Amino acid sequence: MSIASDLAVQNQDSMELVFKQVRKKQKIKSFIKGILFLSPSILLFSVFLFYPMLRTIYLSFFLTDASGSTTVFVGWQNYINLFTSPVFLKSMMSTFLFVLYTVPVTVIISLFLAVIANEKLKGVGFFRTIYSSSMGISVAAASVFWLYLFNPSMGFLNMIVEALGFEAIGWLTDPAWALVSISITTIWMNIGFTFLILLGGLQSIDSYLYESADIDGAGYFYKLRRITIPMLSPTLFFVITVTIINAFQTFGQIDILTQGGPANETNLIVYSIYREAFVNYQFGSASAQAVVLFILILLMTAIQFKFGERKVHYQ
Amino acid sequence: MTMGTGKKLIFYILLTISAIILFAPTLMALVMSFMSNQDILTGSLPTSLTLDNYKNAFERFPLFQYLFNSFVVSILIMIGQLVLCSLAAYAFVFLEFKGRDLLFYVFIATMMIPFEASIIPNFHIIRDLNWIDTYQGLTIPFFAMAFGTFLLRQNFKMIPKELKEASQIAGMGDFRFYLTVVLPVAKTSLVTLGVYGFLTSWNMYLWPLLATTNDSVRTVQIGLKQLQTQEQLNDWGVIMAGAVIVIIPTLILLFLGQKKLQRGLTEGALK
Repeated sequence: MSIASDLAVQNQDSMELVFKQVRKKQKIKSFIKGILFLSPSILLFSVFLFYPMLRTIYLSFFLTDASGSTTVFVGWQNYINLFTSPVFLKSMMSTFLFVLYTVPVTVIISLFLAVIANEKLKGVGFFRTIYSSSMGISVAAASVFWLYLFNPSMGFLNMIVEALGFEAIGWLTDPAWALVSISITTIWMNIGFTFLILLGGLQSIDSYLYESADIDGAGYFYKLRRITIPMLSPTLFFVITVTIINAFQTFGQIDILTQGGPANETNLIVYSIYREAFVNYQFGSASAQAVVLFILILLMTAIQFKFGERKVHYQ
Repeated sequence: MTMGTGKKLIFYILLTISAIILFAPTLMALVMSFMSNQDILTGSLPTSLTLDNYKNAFERFPLFQYLFNSFVVSILIMIGQLVLCSLAAYAFVFLEFKGRDLLFYVFIATMMIPFEASIIPNFHIIRDLNWIDTYQGLTIPFFAMAFGTFLLRQNFKMIPKELKEASQIAGMGDFRFYLTVVLPVAKTSLVTLGVYGFLTSWNMYLWPLLATTNDSVRTVQIGLKQLQTQEQLNDWGVIMAGAVIVIIPTLILLFLGQKKLQRGLTEGALK
């Protein structure tokens, strides 16, 4: 009797052992499987994102030769030089001004467009397509359009300015106007994307809310202020942070319209990095600038994650 | 709820004025691309329409080559992203293994690193691999994408887990399940991501500027920059013709996929 129960216990023990082994094996197997599915992405992220970012930080403490190899370790010197260089400080200033000029205007115009295009009207689809069209226009093409519009003698904008009795403006050559002109181009380019996202946000608001407001006899602007804007706030928050991040990454329109000029007025940070690295071959100090850009974007993304309730942004 | 006629009229007026202002630059470029240089220089309205600008643009520049390159690059990136993102999304939804959550955070972390900030070492990597002026140099760095993975993950999550269990009982492996069940079911979001990937790749500017030194793989965006900088004679008609050619493929794609794109982007953004 006791032998039998002993055997049973033993049996159970060995069964458990086998069971454990199988489970462990399965665990390893599923781990390998998971890694296999993820490995292409992880490999590419490592080679083209994580390693380069670490390398950027490393390079920022060195001087380099023209091929990008490190020559002399200089510690924080690149950073000290940056923050005492009037050119870089101006670049930072221009970048922040640019964010200030572009982000609020882009969001307000896009919000206005999204609100009027959200009405249930016949043919509204046509207008939606037009409003989102700038999303399909590349930075190079958009810059070429605006290069002509800003043309001092033939451009359409100066025609209007002169017709109104003012003096012609040097849109891209006058230091007082160049950053404004770049901002106008950027706002126009960004509207398509922000409009599309905001429209999506509007469409996901429960129509029940409006119906009950209608029953209470609420007016159009009351509903806009008390239902639409509050319900849209997560989308608005998302759009604002993405637009800020995009503004920090601006490059193409500068390269085509002003090349950073006049008098470095439009030398925004990415253009400044590009010039320092690929025109002046100063990879060390260019890397230090890139680290500054990285920190700026890191802060923005962190704010977005913290306050944006599990929202995801994309490049 | 029906709207009063007066209110409707106000909305139509607002919609129309906004559309005219917003579309004016594009329309202007389109009209100019068919105008003679004489008309453009004198600032008059078009007196006649001509295709000369397009002919000149194609004759003076290897536009066909640029267009071909852009198509190859955009399609390669699109396919690469679809494959890598769907594989990764599958692992995050259907596979359970140790370290999965950690890897998920790694994916999130990638969104905090702007490509522009890591562009200097990236350029050196491509150069050391001898990938300057090659399609792989223009495309492979963009295959892995966190946003695309999250977008597909959202969609895969809606596939019932019972389906996976049933397939396991039937002895179907994970890869076959991914290929024959998950991908077909998630077709819509794959199309959305594909459209998005094509659009952004076609419009890429900084990287192709750095990673190409000659016409062999140069994309049409950089070609347009060349066209603009080399046309010193103020031949705006030719430049605009070039710009119109550049935007036509993406505009068509956008017009066809606008609804899907809007839904997809909002979903990926706000979940």
